[in-house]
Amino acid sequence: MSETAPQPKTAASNPPVQPIASNLLPSDVVRISATKDVPQPERQLTKVAKLIDVSKCIGCKACQSACIEWNDTKPEVEENVGVYENPHDLTPNMFTLMRFTEWVNPETDNLEWLIRKDGCMHCEDPGCLKACPAPGAIVQYSNGIVDFIHENCIGCGYCVTGCPFDIPRISKVDHKSYKCTLCSDRVAVGQGPACAKACPTQAIVFGTKEDMIAHANDRVADLKSRGYDNAGIYDPPGVGGTHVFYVLHHADKPSIYDGLPDEPRISPVVEGWKGVTKTAGLAVMGVAAVGAAIHGIFARANKVDAHEEQEAEKLVQSGDGDGGSV
Amino acid sequence: MARPLYSEPGDRIESIHPVTVSRYRGFIRANHWITAITLILLLISGLAFFHPSLYFLTGLFGGGQNARWLHPVIGVVLFVSFMVMFIQLWRLNLPTPDDRKWLSQIGDVVKGNEENLPELGKYNAGQKFIFWGMTILIVVLIVSGVMIWEQFFGELVTIPTRRWAVLTHSLAAVAIILVFILHVYAAFWTRGTLRAMTRGTVTGGWAYRHHRKWLRELAGRRQKGPAE
Repeated sequence: MSETAPQPKTAASNPPVQPIASNLLPSDVVRISATKDVPQPERQLTKVAKLIDVSKCIGCKACQSACIEWNDTKPEVEENVGVYENPHDLTPNMFTLMRFTEWVNPETDNLEWLIRKDGCMHCEDPGCLKACPAPGAIVQYSNGIVDFIHENCIGCGYCVTGCPFDIPRISKVDHKSYKCTLCSDRVAVGQGPACAKACPTQAIVFGTKEDMIAHANDRVADLKSRGYDNAGIYDPPGVGGTHVFYVLHHADKPSIYDGLPDEPRISPVVEGWKGVTKTAGLAVMGVAAVGAAIHGIFARANKVDAHEEQEAEKLVQSGDGDGGSV
Repeated sequence: MARPLYSEPGDRIESIHPVTVSRYRGFIRANHWITAITLILLLISGLAFFHPSLYFLTGLFGGGQNARWLHPVIGVVLFVSFMVMFIQLWRLNLPTPDDRKWLSQIGDVVKGNEENLPELGKYNAGQKFIFWGMTILIVVLIVSGVMIWEQFFGELVTIPTRRWAVLTHSLAAVAIILVFILHVYAAFWTRGTLRAMTRGTVTGGWAYRHHRKWLRELAGRRQKGPAE
């Protein structure tokens, strides 16, 4: 391990033949689930991004195969129900999924086959991380990657609740949450994600966020010159931008791409739960508990006196005191 | 024979010198403590998921994964146990006109001036509030809890519904903890109450001071002999 890996700028490069030291360190973490006051990292990694250009995608699923191979997951073989999605949904063993939509363009009356590679968007403001109750189960690195640290995961599913994109899946086997890692283990040694490396049309490309935005702008200009007036970038500001983002030929209607959210953001319900409810709730409970304890110790208790005991005896001996139930 | 108005058929005066009154029989006491213990376990594990500063409490259950699967299972036990208690207690917890008067004189209640208050049956309005508060909150908690029970009901509701369920669950949890604190506090503050749930009996003086109508009815029943 003589050398530290460079930060990857492309998915195309081949790995070095010598062993190489990781360049994505615990000290590069900028956010940790259920943890306040994360120490300021000493360095800022270059922000990375994966760009998915849906206009170039041919639906070959090489990205899915590469993902399965690299992550060594074994998605179950399912039944063919007459659609192209395979498997039918993201699973704890399938971190990325080609979603196919047959859409009739109302302007041209043409059938368009929209194919979108679904998976974790690696939000700059990650809802999963905000919702997670387990310290250290979800982290965000300064290069933008949001990663699940499985040994800290408790399998509660709060990340599912927090995610604006419906991405995390909880394993029924080990009860831990899984999703795309943006191949953090490859990025750590200077390589791009497996899906990007495998993509035969370079519909998936990887690099610095800056380079990817520039490339996406070129692609949008190209698409516009070919008549796709609404072509654009899907890098939703509601979640602070994402480190996986799309070029869409119909960027004015993201939801036609199998329900890609038009304006994703962390739900206000989740914000309310993890914000004011959490803080105020704890304060109210604490004050009530401490208040009751102090009052219980110092206040005058409500005691029965001897006179009342005598009265009770009289009442019982005289028999029916009220006459009501006779 | 018609049901007694202010007491359960099983309540009775056990001795006269001094007066002791049986308030809760063995089964209901045992069940009450099951509810109590499960509530405390739920409170501890739930708080661990509620606030990061309390996450360490999962250690009492053997870690986060264990606390995660145990919490809802304990919740089901509590629900069943409480429902049994509900069936046994709901009738005498129905509101009566005396409750309004009692509540309007809440100042005298807090000061312990019970001689100014109306004579009461087996429960006062405060106890009834705790009973119905617990009932409503436990139903809310079990319903919202099942919706967010990832292990078995992960697909039951949509994700937006689940967000509301988790928010509702945490708000209801905060509320039930406040009701729980009130319940425990009142049981300690009103001396002589705890033994109703441990030995099952209270002193005559306690019954005379706090639930005189209940005591009168029991005294009357006793006079008439074992009519039922």
